[in-house]
Amino acid sequence: MKLRRANLYLGAFLLGAVAIGALLAPWLAHTDPVMDANLMNAENAPGREFWFGTDGQGRDIYSRVLYGARISLTVGVVSQLINSVIGVTLGVSSGYWGGWWDDWVNGLTNMMLAIPSLIFALAIMAILNPGLASLLIALGLTNWSYTCRISRASTLSLKNHAYVQAAKMLGYGDVRIMLTQILPNIVGPIIVIGTLGMGGAVLAEAALSFLGLGIRPPAPSWGSMLSNAREQITTAPWVAIAPGLAIFFTVLGLNLLGDGLRDLLDPQSKARV
Amino acid sequence: MTAYVLRRLWQMVPILLAVALLIFVIFSVVPGTFASATAADGRNVVDAQVLERMNREFGLNDPVHVRFGKYVAQLARFDLGISFRSREPVTVVLAQRLWPTLELTLAAMLLAVVLGVPLGFLAAMKSGGWVDTLSMVFAISGLSVPLFWLGLMLMYVFALILGWFPSFGYGGAKHLILPALALCVFPMALLARTTRAVVLEILHADFVRTARAKGMSEMRVVRWHLLRNAMVIVLTMAGLQFGSVIGQAVVIEKLFAWPGLGSLLVDSVSTRDIPVVQGCVLCIVIFFLFSNLLVDVLSARIDPRIKYT
Repeated sequence: MKLRRANLYLGAFLLGAVAIGALLAPWLAHTDPVMDANLMNAENAPGREFWFGTDGQGRDIYSRVLYGARISLTVGVVSQLINSVIGVTLGVSSGYWGGWWDDWVNGLTNMMLAIPSLIFALAIMAILNPGLASLLIALGLTNWSYTCRISRASTLSLKNHAYVQAAKMLGYGDVRIMLTQILPNIVGPIIVIGTLGMGGAVLAEAALSFLGLGIRPPAPSWGSMLSNAREQITTAPWVAIAPGLAIFFTVLGLNLLGDGLRDLLDPQSKARV
Repeated sequence: MTAYVLRRLWQMVPILLAVALLIFVIFSVVPGTFASATAADGRNVVDAQVLERMNREFGLNDPVHVRFGKYVAQLARFDLGISFRSREPVTVVLAQRLWPTLELTLAAMLLAVVLGVPLGFLAAMKSGGWVDTLSMVFAISGLSVPLFWLGLMLMYVFALILGWFPSFGYGGAKHLILPALALCVFPMALLARTTRAVVLEILHADFVRTARAKGMSEMRVVRWHLLRNAMVIVLTMAGLQFGSVIGQAVVIEKLFAWPGLGSLLVDSVSTRDIPVVQGCVLCIVIFFLFSNLLVDVLSARIDPRIKYT
């Protein structure tokens, strides 16, 4: 039990550190993340002046990693919010109304589950121009099926409860019942899935940017900072190390937080995956 | 069982059609065509005449419904169209890339099962001890690490510093090890956690207590009651992971210059070779659906309580 709480605190700590880094980036950073390129300083090893070393253009990696946190957190939070809104709207409404709408939503969910979400996001990026907005669309539209499944199942079991029936008697409209009677009762699992989904989104952004299909260099995204790392790894391995660790600790924080929240909100599930 | 498999195969048809429609819609809502898109990017400046000739060659001037009709008619004949880039039939291009991807994903899944299941099992049997803590820390780290970065680090250490394996490319078993190792980490971590949770649950089940009470040896309890019951859930989980492994394989293939579907997909996306992108996505979806079917059939073999009719 104590160990479980440790999950929550460690996750919150890691995520808090990343969030502070993102918010205070202009004050914490030593140089501008994009403009301060200086080829005289290219591929300097980590040291007193450049804490994490410099990249091939002589930019300070420490400063770029700080600014990268902004991109990663934005992508994680916004895309997962879009996913949650889509998933909850479809799930709750289909569970509540049933009928042909339920059939349609079910069909759509089955189809979404058949396409690996990274592949789907990649296909969407094929028609959009690389950049933050496109990434938010691509990742926000492709990862809602699980949220939808869970909210539909919970709604199905909740809608026959006495208090929901009572609200119906009182003449509440369908939408009002869904928002005030059902939604508050399923919000726990949705937050847990959302937190874990954010970790997935951060990883997906990094992967797409690494492939050159997400955030394009010179923008300081952790993924795009790694896109040249394979060519540089023999001469300057530190180029790859700091952004990779930044992704790792951010996602680890989100995963620990998600696990911790699940244990907190649902004590019955001992160690479900 | 045969009837069940046939019905499942039949059920795949609407999903595949829906996916085909979806991919088609995604690629036809954007205004412009392959040629104008590459021109607008500023990557290739295309002469208006060339553009017109390309549009005519690929039938891109037809209205959307005519193109969709043609597309479905082609699909029914297992024809996925012609690649914009290489002008080869997409099916031929895909066929060359199929085996390397299968090889990589299967090797990774195999590693994940072979390493992850015993790890989770050990953690559950020694629940609360240091083995448990350590393996669960390992598992959550495995779920958090960006695989392409892990691959890069493996490449750095084992290929560049130690020189044990080639750093990239396609070839024999030696070329397979590093990418498979990088790719197996995510499903391995998930399998370790699933196995641990499932085994812990079964350990407290009534039938295990009964078996122990009647004096059954621990070996037999584990073998007949624990493993058989845990196996089905673990197998299902492994099958469901197949999709995400194929997804992740895209990045790993690109990193290790592995000539599979994934690197083909990435190259086609960046050059907007739409027919190949469509073909790759369809191919991956078919992979995934078949792996799920296979898992369900295997589960029925292992667990006699599951009956499909």
